This record gives sequence, structure tokens and C-alpha cells, in this order.
Amino acid sequence: MNVGIIVFPGSNCDRDAEMVIRDLLKLPVRLVWHQEKDLSDLDLIIVPGGFSYGDYLRCGAIAQFSPAMAATIHHAEQGKLVLGICNGFQVLTEIGLLPGALMRNRDLHFICDRVSLRVERTDLPWTQEYATKKVITIPIAHGEGCYYADAEVLKEMEAHNQVVFRYCDSTGSVDEASNPNGSLNNIAGICNRQGNVLGMMPHPERASDPMLGLTDGIHLFQGLMKKVAIAH
Amino acid sequence: MSVAPSGALLATYSFLFIRLEKQAVAQTYQAQIFVTLRPSVLDPAGTAVQSGLHQLGFPTVEHVRIGKYVELTLEAASESEAKTQLDKMCDQLLANPVVENYRFELTPGDAS
Repeated sequence: MNVGIIVFPGSNCDRDAEMVIRDLLKLPVRLVWHQEKDLSDLDLIIVPGGFSYGDYLRCGAIAQFSPAMAATIHHAEQGKLVLGICNGFQVLTEIGLLPGALMRNRDLHFICDRVSLRVERTDLPWTQEYATKKVITIPIAHGEGCYYADAEVLKEMEAHNQVVFRYCDSTGSVDEASNPNGSLNNIAGICNRQGNVLGMMPHPERASDPMLGLTDGIHLFQGLMKKVAIAH
Repeated sequence: MSVAPSGALLATYSFLFIRLEKQAVAQTYQAQIFVTLRPSVLDPAGTAVQSGLHQLGFPTVEHVRIGKYVELTLEAASESEAKTQLDKMCDQLLANPVVENYRFELTPGDAS
């Protein structure tokens, strides 16, 4: 599996993701400068966290026009895998690969914390490794992570099981108290209808190396390895 | 003289003529663009500012909503072309139609 990680001016989680793929999973990975146009060698594109183009205007708004994102749309349209983490999730909603938008957190604070997530479906390549552990702990670090979509879109997403991760308490119960940022329906991560594009505010790459104390994130990447190994 | 070069010459002249004509009619416009949150979207920053205004001594203030203001100049052949261009700019970049509305005002002439 060939992995590419898009690097915008202002990305700051690109090397964390690279380290996980290269050093923990021992897979070929390359950093993709945002001006690159040809990403046809890649199986998985990661749009990493950070502050692309300073997040001027809106988070992810300017990043959507970079050549690498045009190539990412083409990649996704072929059914190949795209993962947007944090700012990457914001970029994927701005370019329309995922529905909705990410708004200022309910309490206006930048939140840096570990949160419990309920894995809502384990039939996706992203989540197949979570079949036996459906409540996981992953860090979040964002100021604009409040998920919003209008009622109609939300209903359609729920009907098609597009919500992949929800904020919950340690027992897996989803309620307002376990919602850190005001996201509608406690949404922390969603996929497109086909399931090949995933966007999530929590950072699985920061919960992969045992040295950092949390390892629930590595299973997401391990699940992908299996999926792509089968596909090849 | 062969036919081809004179044809090319003619094409060049008509190309130049069209360019000159376009330049002659192109008009500079100044646009003031207001981007606001759609009414259905919560505005926690607006709510915080509202409570600040209450504490400042304006207890009757309500419905505080914070938006963005963008100004720019552009060139267009006509006002309707300028509007078409601005609609594209707003729909594709300046506003996010999922959560925001926009409106703009257009005045002929440079910013001064």
C-alpha cells in the first residue's frame, strides 16, 4: 500500500502521520507538496491536521484550490482511500467530498484533550479492526470541530450509516455531557456514501505509538493495510 | 505574396481590435461583500458578544450575529458581468453555502 500525506503551508501533523506509516507500519509513504498534480501512485491519501494556509477566511477554505486537492478528488472518485484528520476533515468538507461543515466549538475554546469515541460501524476498511473494541480513546485538538449539517443532510447521513465515530463517555453512552464541542448528533467522524472517504476531528496518528500512552488509533491504519492487501 | 500570411495578418488585426474594444468598455467596480451565518446555524461567538454588550450596559441588545466583510475591486464589461463574477467568488470561496449566506453591493469606480 502506497501512502501519500498532503503538505500544505501550515500543515503540522503531516510528519506525525508519516512516522506512524513509515516507522510503526513499515509501509512506503511520501510527503506530497500541495502543488503536486499527479498522485496516481497512491492507494491512500491522508490530508493531515494543522492550519492550511493559515486557515484564513475559513478552516480549509483556501486549501481546496490547491492542485494536490484536485488530484485527491480524482483519487476519491476512483474509489480509492482518502483520510482527512482534523484540518484535513475541514478541507474534505470544503471541497465537498464529505457533507456538512465544521464550525467554531460550542464553548469557543480550543480543546486539547483525550476523548472517548464510539465506533458506529466496523464494516469499513477504516474500522474493521475495532470489531471487538467499540469504545476507543483518541486525542482531539481543535478550535473548529463543531460538526454542522442541515436537518435534511443529517437525516440522510444517519440513514446511510455515514457517521463512523461519535463522542461518548467511557461506557459508550452518547449524550450532551460527552459532547466536547457541540457537534450535532455527537459526530466526531463521518464517511461518504461509498465509505472510501473518511473525515474525523480526533487524531488517530497521535494514539498509535505505545510510547505516547495511547494505541487505539493504530488499529485504524492496520485495518486499512488489510483492506488494501486484499484488493491487490 | 501568398494567401496564408495575409489571412494571418487579418486575424491578428481582428484579435487586436477585439482586445482594444474590450479594454475600452471594461469598467472597474468596487464590491462590498457581506458574509453572514445562515439563520439556522448557531453563533456561539455572537452569543458571547451579546452577553458582553449586556454587561456593558445595553440590556436590550439581542440577535447578535457575527459575520465577515470583504471588499475588493474588479474589472468587468458590465454590472451584470461583475455580479456573475462575484456570485462565483462567493459560492466557491468567500462563503461556504453549507453554513453561510452572502450579499454584496457594487459601485462603479476605483476604491479611493
